[in-house]
Amino acid sequence: MKLLLRLAAKSAWNRRFTLGLMLLAIALSTTMLLGIERVRHEVRAGFSQSVSGTDLVVGARTSPIQLMLYAIFRIGGATNNMGWDSAQALARNPAVAWTIPISLGDSHRGFPVLATNGDYFTHFRYGGGQALRLAQGQPFAGVFDAVLGADVADKLHYKLGDVIILAHGMGGMGLTQHADKPFKVVGILARTGTPVDRTVHIGLDGMQAIHLDWEGGAPLPGVHIPAEFVKKFNLTPTSITAVLVGLKSRARVFALQRDIADGDGFKEPLMAVLPGVALDQLWDVVGIGENALLVVSGMVVVVGLAGLVAAILASLGERRRELAILRSVGARPLDVLLLLSIEGLGVMLAGVVTGLLLLSALVWALGPLLAQQFGIALQPAWPAAGELQLLLWTVLAGLFASLLPGLRAYRLSLSDGLTPKI
Amino acid sequence: MTLTSAPLIAPAIAVRDLSFTWPGQPHAALEMDHLQVASGEHVFVSGKSGSGKSTLLAAIGGIIVPQAGRVEVLGQALHALPAAGRDRFRVDHIGFIFQQFNLLPYLSIIDNVLLPCQFSAYRKARALQQGATLPELAQHLLRTLDLAPSLWARPVTQLSIGQQQRVAAARALIGRPEIIVADEPTSALDSDRQQAFLDLLQHECAQGGAALVFVSHDLRLAERFDRLLALESINRAARHEEAA
Repeated sequence: MKLLLRLAAKSAWNRRFTLGLMLLAIALSTTMLLGIERVRHEVRAGFSQSVSGTDLVVGARTSPIQLMLYAIFRIGGATNNMGWDSAQALARNPAVAWTIPISLGDSHRGFPVLATNGDYFTHFRYGGGQALRLAQGQPFAGVFDAVLGADVADKLHYKLGDVIILAHGMGGMGLTQHADKPFKVVGILARTGTPVDRTVHIGLDGMQAIHLDWEGGAPLPGVHIPAEFVKKFNLTPTSITAVLVGLKSRARVFALQRDIADGDGFKEPLMAVLPGVALDQLWDVVGIGENALLVVSGMVVVVGLAGLVAAILASLGERRRELAILRSVGARPLDVLLLLSIEGLGVMLAGVVTGLLLLSALVWALGPLLAQQFGIALQPAWPAAGELQLLLWTVLAGLFASLLPGLRAYRLSLSDGLTPKI
Repeated sequence: MTLTSAPLIAPAIAVRDLSFTWPGQPHAALEMDHLQVASGEHVFVSGKSGSGKSTLLAAIGGIIVPQAGRVEVLGQALHALPAAGRDRFRVDHIGFIFQQFNLLPYLSIIDNVLLPCQFSAYRKARALQQGATLPELAQHLLRTLDLAPSLWARPVTQLSIGQQQRVAAARALIGRPEIIVADEPTSALDSDRQQAFLDLLQHECAQGGAALVFVSHDLRLAERFDRLLALESINRAARHEEAA
């Protein structure tokens, strides 16, 4: 066996150019397959890390997934708001331990602005139940105070005391600016690896204040209320986007969800969503796309393996002489089979390992960029269970693929004997 | 006068009532009643292509097992051995030289020569009995076969055909197998080099006491051998072929 390994290695080295290309093809397809699996895994992990300890998300009636997307992940916009009185009714409910009202809709240089109150810093949990922590400064106290997520501060190079101007609405260019009412950065949150990092936090009163002289999404013509006068107005919001609810006892979650759905004690139709359930529904939707991607990258791996098998089979024609020589010096047909299979398997394994290294290098090089641009936190790590499973399938497929040239060589060496019929 | 019983030496090769048909072929490739090569004998086997010589060599090498009859090599009936046993027996006792492209392009010259010793512990042990390390022995053989040390470091693909054939001869001879089978080893050489190659080969076979089965269609070389066997005359299947 050692002899066969040595012969296979020397023979492969002799054809290193062709086999090197095959190795590269397999490495790239492995990188693609595992990369997709890792991104998929990290996105899921990231999503489910985004909220913790929140029993219900309550908002105006829409689809549960949509409510989750905008209330927790700041993706898309709210189509409907809920009244402030409903939020207060909810807070008074005896089953409820705490509520976090949130109001969305504005943005700052592409980052979403979330208006809330001090309860956000007290009660919001993410990951495995961690509370938010301020890296610098303090929570907002004044009307025009802002607390930045870690990414916002990093990317826009903000520090405490900087002045920022919010834009009306979400999206990039061409938004109307709330230039008359600038905000001051009073706090910067520690990194969480969740959408919080990409959020600008202000008080609900601040949100109300910048929209005092607005009506229906546009400034009222001829009306201008300077920033220094806003305190003369009632800054209690009339409506908000959603409320995150924590219960005294989780056992009450379905009862409260039903009460809310039935409209008991509320003036408007509302819905309550269990974050975990909504996430599962989200995965059901996203899963179709993910699986399609996995299938495609699986096929790329198959194409890579097919190329390898084709290359080895093609070389067999020229190597019949070689096989006859080996037979003449005592190689069994089984040795010939092993020799060819070892070659295929070796190239395949080397390709898979190269692919893994390539993936690690890519993650190392591009991880920070991905985290910044898309909020996907990729860390160089050992392959997770899902990746190992894919690797196992790849290696198994490679094993069977490698047997093909081996079996062909076996049959050739039996029929050729010592004199190949070339 | 004392009676000394002659040592009972089995013939190198003994073929009896042999018949072999390749799978899927309508006619037998080989049908012969009797063929014997004595130990140490140098036999010239003449035959055109299609005369069944490849089949005969495969049968002697134990690559194929005849459907009828028996092939004995050094007294061992090959059909009595399992397939892996025949493969082992082949490398232990027979050295092969082919027409051309005899060498593995990815091994060094020395490694090509030592290949039988890698597959056969018996050949290795016999080689080491000659009292040197394996590489030294390979180098000695190469020198004897007129291959200068300056060539040894070259890739085998850079050798001339004549040089390659001599490396192949060294591979066949290493570890002193009892039988050397050469299948048209000189047909790619010009006539001067044919003679030189045969000189070396026959000399080395005689040194090691090996029987030499030399297959060629070039009858000019036959006079140097103990015996000439025309395959067409002993292989009935070949005559059928011609008649057909």
